[in-house]
Amino acid sequence: MVKTDFGPPKYLDMMSDLCKRNYGKWKYHEVLDTGTLVHVAENGEKLYTVRSATPRLMHIDTLRAFCDLADKYCNGFFRFTSRHSIEFLLEDESNIEPLKADLHAMGYSPGGVGNTISNMLHTQGWIHCHTPAIDASGIVKAVMDGVFDYYTEAKLPARLRLSLACCLNMCGAVHCSDVAIVGIHRVPPKVLDEKVAKMCEIPNVVAACPTRAIRPEPSKKSVVINDEKCMYCGNCYTMCPAIPIFDPKNDGAAIFVGGKVSDARHPAMFSKLAVPYIPNEPPKWPTVVQTVRMLIDVYAKDAKQGERYGEWINRIGWERFFKVTGLPFTDKHIDDYIFSIPTFRSTATFKW
Amino acid sequence: MPELRKTPMLDQLLDGPFPSFVKEIKKGAEKNEACNDLLGQLELSYEEKITHWKHGGIVGVTGYGGGVIGRYSDVPEQFPGLTEFHTMRINQPAGWFYKTDRLRKLLDIWEKRGSGLTNFHGATGDIILLGTHTNELQNVADDLAHEGWDLGGSGSDLRTPSACVGPGRCEWACIDTLDIVDTLTRRYQNELHRPMWPYKFKIKISGCANDGVAAKARADCSIIGTWKDNIQVNRTEVVNYVNGGFDIIGQVVDKCPTKCISYNPVTKSLSIDDNNCVRCHNCINKMPKALRQGKINGATILIGGHAPILQSAFMSWVVVPFMEMKPPYTEISDLLEKIWEWWDENGKMRERTGELIYRLGMRSFLKATGLPAVPQMVLHPRANPFFFWDKEEVNQ
Repeated sequence: MVKTDFGPPKYLDMMSDLCKRNYGKWKYHEVLDTGTLVHVAENGEKLYTVRSATPRLMHIDTLRAFCDLADKYCNGFFRFTSRHSIEFLLEDESNIEPLKADLHAMGYSPGGVGNTISNMLHTQGWIHCHTPAIDASGIVKAVMDGVFDYYTEAKLPARLRLSLACCLNMCGAVHCSDVAIVGIHRVPPKVLDEKVAKMCEIPNVVAACPTRAIRPEPSKKSVVINDEKCMYCGNCYTMCPAIPIFDPKNDGAAIFVGGKVSDARHPAMFSKLAVPYIPNEPPKWPTVVQTVRMLIDVYAKDAKQGERYGEWINRIGWERFFKVTGLPFTDKHIDDYIFSIPTFRSTATFKW
Repeated sequence: MPELRKTPMLDQLLDGPFPSFVKEIKKGAEKNEACNDLLGQLELSYEEKITHWKHGGIVGVTGYGGGVIGRYSDVPEQFPGLTEFHTMRINQPAGWFYKTDRLRKLLDIWEKRGSGLTNFHGATGDIILLGTHTNELQNVADDLAHEGWDLGGSGSDLRTPSACVGPGRCEWACIDTLDIVDTLTRRYQNELHRPMWPYKFKIKISGCANDGVAAKARADCSIIGTWKDNIQVNRTEVVNYVNGGFDIIGQVVDKCPTKCISYNPVTKSLSIDDNNCVRCHNCINKMPKALRQGKINGATILIGGHAPILQSAFMSWVVVPFMEMKPPYTEISDLLEKIWEWWDENGKMRERTGELIYRLGMRSFLKATGLPAVPQMVLHPRANPFFFWDKEEVNQ
């Protein structure tokens, strides 16, 4: 029997001597370019970071190639960020350009530092998840290709976080991102009575519904769904596989904007609805890509230096946001879920 | 080895400047039949616009209830390599630092025992190993354990805690995020590996208000570094920024949320009314050479964050405005254990901690944890007269 419950590898065993020497003694950092940072320690030592986005889903041979680069340029040390980027940690400044050249040769471009789009945080999608309404990696690939210049060139007013969640479980801070793509369903799930009777615990299925749209149907040992009340969250399906909610004709993506997690200047904000629905358009998802591109272009042109996406909207107002983006405002944009009333306007001081 | 699956739709995602995940799966497909079938199944999903992964299925390794997620294809007759294709979550080193010799051993094991596909990293923070057979799960866990890699959390347990880069490479870490996450993860191995709660519980730790791991949005317990005393000003560097053309009025003074910073262009000096500072961190972000956080450091503890289901999305809210975060971190552990006990006692199945607080009220939470009510917990006091009194508070 091998050992269990011993925890992760100790982080200090994964750090270079320079990092360990200057642990907690960093003085300041500077952005050298959109792919490179330098951190300066109190004793004057410098650590250079070259950052590159990855597709998150990687084969071990790609990771081995990263290991080779780290051995060649970084004494065998690197790290990842919370947004699936790889960061090479260099002590020798002269290694930066050769490393970047090798990365480019691998098909990886350094970027995502400073006032850029950092790598797109995302979920599993059709590759490996049982609840997605949309794919994840494919949309991310198409969107990142479509906004790649904003990743490699610092031409945004502030940094911009793009995220994607393939269903309403919203793994990955999508609900607090500058521009977020979320997979949604638009029709109630189907109840497969015979399977429900065999596979599911009825009380748990009933309790899983946020809008109380599900009630027991004892004669069938199953449940019935009140379609009027269902808002297609899929939570019942998570509890009970016999209530599938997928619908190729109706599933798709919604886009939310203006969220952030940093408290700088303005407290952290939730993302808010910009586009209620875009149909699934594999493999290149052109409408999603064009919409995200437009949303970023308008912000890049109109926001003041230092304003995050949501701060820009707060300044110009949502009525103006819909005007400058040309997006239609619909009844879907008016909240009718749990905390709706505080989001209604109760002043006549709005803009035309 | 059969020939590679034809994937005309996915092939359209091979070109373009962003690295392609399709290329990654194809790398695997050349040596692994399951990866080849994954290409085929994903192409089918692209044609049909629907997932082909079956829901559920309990699998695991001896002694653990979490860390492995069962995954089965719903079209196994078409893609036999995906009949079983389970996910394993591996507990990542704090801050996602890696040394290549250690990581290579993990990769070798995954080549021998799995599909060779990975996520670096999943949204919770773990290393994700993507796809292996039921009969290999124990072998993977054993081989990994031999090399010092342990499983992470899944299901209704403590999910693998994660932290920002912290003092490993950042001057803004007010707390030792890496030591805290490492200590808490080791302390709560039982809670991490054995699902025993109403639902999942996440801990994320950020060293400053920039919240590099999105702790406020993503964690039931968010630990955010902060300070109590005054921002340290390096006057020479302030002048250097201004002389270098930095827009100190536009980027710092005007952007200060409490207007506690003023700049005198004649003397080129910056003054801060620290009593009115809310430590939002913008000025420090903009002038890292000139401004540093205070010296009395600790963390604000926030509770309750989660995504929308069931009760709409919550960002974590303040329950302890300032906690000293010194090893062995007993104060945060005491609080966590009180919260878990109360939640375990009162929570319904699949009710997150924040949802329970919402249902039973902050009053109940404060009573259970013994935390005092303080103004920092609210944006403003309530605007209605419908408050509860306990029996011991009124004349009997």
